[in-house]
Amino acid sequence: MSKVLRIATTWLDGCSGCHMSFLDLDERLADMAPHIEMVYGPLVDAKVFPEGVDVTLVEGAVATDEDKKKIRMIRDRSYILVSFGDCAVTANVPGMRNQFKVKDVMKRGYLENSSQNPELPSIGVPHLLDRARPVHEFVSVDVFLPGCPPPTEAILYTISELLAGRVPDLKGKARFGA
Amino acid sequence: MTLTIEDLQNIAKIERDRQEGTTYQINVCVAAGCLSCQSGLVKEAFDTEISRRGLENWCLVKGVGCLGLCAAGPLIQVQPQGTYYQGVTVNDVSEILDSLGGSPVARLECSQHQAFFQCQQKIVLENCGKIDPERIEDYIAEDGYLGLFTALRQMTPGEVIEQVTKSGLRGRGGAGFPTGLKWTAVSKAVNNTKFIVCNADEGDPGAFMDRSVLESDPHRVIEGMAIAGYAVGASHGFIYVRAEYPLAVKRVHTAIAQAERLGVLGNNIFNTRFEFNIEVRLGAGAFVCGEETALIASIEGRHGRPRPRPPFPAEFGLWGFPTLINNVETFANIAPIIRRGGEWFAGIGTEKSKGTKVFALAGRVNNTGLIEVPMGTRLRDIVFEIGGGIPGDKRFKAVQTGGPSGGCIPEEHLDMPVDYESLAAVGSIMGSGGMIIMDETSCMVDVAQFFMEFCMSESCGKCVPCRVGTTQIYHLLHKISGGQGKPSDIETLGELCDLLKNTSLCGLGQTAPNPVISTLKYFKDEYKAHIRDKNCPAGACRMQAPEEAL
Amino acid sequence: MKKPLRVDERSLRADVNPVRLLTFKIDDRDVSARADETILTVARQNGIKIPTLCHMEGLSEHGACRLCIVEVKGMSRLMPSCVTLPRQDMEVLTKSDRVLDYRRKILELIFSERNHVCSVCVTNGHCDLQALAVEMGMTHVRYDYIYPTHPIDATHPRFSVDHNRCVLCLRCVRVCDEIEGAHTWDVMNRGISSKVITDLNQPWGSSETCTGCGKCVQVCPTGALSEKGKSVAEMVKRRQFLPYLQMMRHRE
Repeated sequence: MSKVLRIATTWLDGCSGCHMSFLDLDERLADMAPHIEMVYGPLVDAKVFPEGVDVTLVEGAVATDEDKKKIRMIRDRSYILVSFGDCAVTANVPGMRNQFKVKDVMKRGYLENSSQNPELPSIGVPHLLDRARPVHEFVSVDVFLPGCPPPTEAILYTISELLAGRVPDLKGKARFGA
Repeated sequence: MTLTIEDLQNIAKIERDRQEGTTYQINVCVAAGCLSCQSGLVKEAFDTEISRRGLENWCLVKGVGCLGLCAAGPLIQVQPQGTYYQGVTVNDVSEILDSLGGSPVARLECSQHQAFFQCQQKIVLENCGKIDPERIEDYIAEDGYLGLFTALRQMTPGEVIEQVTKSGLRGRGGAGFPTGLKWTAVSKAVNNTKFIVCNADEGDPGAFMDRSVLESDPHRVIEGMAIAGYAVGASHGFIYVRAEYPLAVKRVHTAIAQAERLGVLGNNIFNTRFEFNIEVRLGAGAFVCGEETALIASIEGRHGRPRPRPPFPAEFGLWGFPTLINNVETFANIAPIIRRGGEWFAGIGTEKSKGTKVFALAGRVNNTGLIEVPMGTRLRDIVFEIGGGIPGDKRFKAVQTGGPSGGCIPEEHLDMPVDYESLAAVGSIMGSGGMIIMDETSCMVDVAQFFMEFCMSESCGKCVPCRVGTTQIYHLLHKISGGQGKPSDIETLGELCDLLKNTSLCGLGQTAPNPVISTLKYFKDEYKAHIRDKNCPAGACRMQAPEEAL
Repeated sequence: MKKPLRVDERSLRADVNPVRLLTFKIDDRDVSARADETILTVARQNGIKIPTLCHMEGLSEHGACRLCIVEVKGMSRLMPSCVTLPRQDMEVLTKSDRVLDYRRKILELIFSERNHVCSVCVTNGHCDLQALAVEMGMTHVRYDYIYPTHPIDATHPRFSVDHNRCVLCLRCVRVCDEIEGAHTWDVMNRGISSKVITDLNQPWGSSETCTGCGKCVQVCPTGALSEKGKSVAEMVKRRQFLPYLQMMRHRE
């Protein structure tokens, strides 16, 4: 285990719950520290997604045009891409709007349910795609780690296997909706 | 008082005398195709004009079943010369009558279609375009119900089955199961109650063989069913015909009523202990009801959904009783086999596919219509000789046989003989006999998409592979034809097709992928062009804006 | 007519032995079966696991989910073990690569069909479909989700039906018809538009045939049918009544 694994985490349309489960690794994270380098993510300070990342954990569904751009860039710069959690794997809760038209969803969210200054956001927010979709419908994904959120044990197993140079086999170790 | 052979011969003689009593006979096609271009009015005009001129004893006008060349309707045929006239309108009636005895009306003659009429060999359709489908006497004059008489009075049920087995006849509904074997199975079933079912739920897009047979020669089917009833020990039959064929339904009802009146249906037929009755059941438009177990459910008044087989209907059919289900064309072959013997029939066709097959030619071909050729005829002859080639100097691309369950056969296989095995070998099926010809302006992805959309909306929804699989395949094809496909989609398509073929519950799901499999096999480049170059080589698909592509 | 030759009928003694017995192989293991037992039944008797979804002990077989397919030597198509009867010396494979691959694809198709959002489902953790995904090692769905629009019918005072979670196994239809005898449930439309309905597509709450017994809710494999007011932890399906009723009826 001479090589230090360059790890990035990021989220698209998700709730950050998967990151919370990642943080639940607690002291085991400290054990892992010598072998990994967190190069990007909400837990570190980097502003730009770096090149040459070994493993990227992506939380959340692809729901906006910006997500779409981002996931393609991440795919280009990552050696192994992990679909991290149900939103990334199945579109999960963000996908629940897929039965409706974007227009109707926006109206419901910003006009009908707003008590003050009902207004549709127009500046500085990305455009919603017709449907929120799982990551692997846009780019190829190497490891699927389902769960809402994925159990900490499954995260630990995934990273340990990757550190050992193996592709983790998550069959039976995580389930949708956990 | 039941019918005797003398009565039968008497009826035939009177009818022949009636018809031969006139010098000329004008046969006007009154099957659905020609009726839709006003052949009914043409026939009326002939009747009016003849009675106005007082020529009733010189010229007989007869409404007949399908003359075959539906593309050129309304068709009429003048006997005894056998001249065909095409596109006849009410205004041509006088001229045609004037020409009788002189030279034919050249501008209406369909002489260019000679190959169409001459290259065929008719068994199933031998009476089509010859007899009036609404007159049982006319059918009897053509040796009608002689087969039933022979079977009942001169043969044991076992001998009837032996002849059918010897004939090598195979099911004409699509799968080609040996008819004799099926009959044997039902005859062996131990039960006092058995049923005969005629499957006339013809639903393939572009197919109209069964409809034409029922419209043109309904007694033929009734006779075949009665013989089957005698052979397997059934006394009740059902004709399950789709309600979308009102004319066929009407003529079948008429024919049944006539047959009952004469006593060829009912009790003590031909002075034997055999009794046989036929009821008509209308299908409500579900394609899957052509599948035998779904058809049975539909007749019983339940949802038209298939159930897993075995048990097969031969053992466990209508209301649980042993049931023989054959297609219209299969039954239509029975009477001639009994009349002329199984060996005669076995002498026609190829080693494993005996007899003739009726095809409905449709699509980009000059002579669309109904044809009957011996098994083993070259596909090229069907398309280019009988079909008259492709209109408008376009290039032939593929021929689709077997409807949504069949496949597309490219030019390289045009020289193959048309029989069950050869068609299966190139990834298609005989099917019920639909044959759709496509030229260079047809996009094969689009064709696959069309058939998959059909299967998707006709899937009964019972089993998962068919219900969801057809939908997923359709969505993939839709994406590809819209220029939004991914290279990996081709592999996914192949996998899904394989899944459906091997795990679906009934024939619909198992064969639904055939159009996709065969186009993927022979026209993969077209798929690739749609995906890689966002281009439809045939110019049939509309590509969507690239920015929406995933 | 000659009497056909048969096996000596006295030696068969159909009056004494109404059901024939046979032996065959499942996964290379010799097993014995009554001729009227399905491959699935025999497999389960022998502790061989075969996943099922539409199958439910105590109800008639539907043969539709195709998850219980097995390979039978000499046949190219796969056979649903829940409705296939064994034959003497048949060789059945329940875990060949081919079988496992097809099963997984079929399960993925089921997931792609409706809107199965486990994380917000009332049966999360007690769901047959979710458990099947774990059992069969399905970590994602390779096919595009279809995302159909489906309503929820919560008009019944005690139960609700969420068609987004329905897998069309028709256990509800069968239990209502065969066990309760009410036949409130049935299916309308066909193909991908198929939908389970109460009465003639009337709101469940206004159904005049529904006895409110709740058997449909208990046999439903997913959260499509659920009891109102129950938390996720409470919404466990209680199916003990089925084998009990079946046993009592057999006794009659």
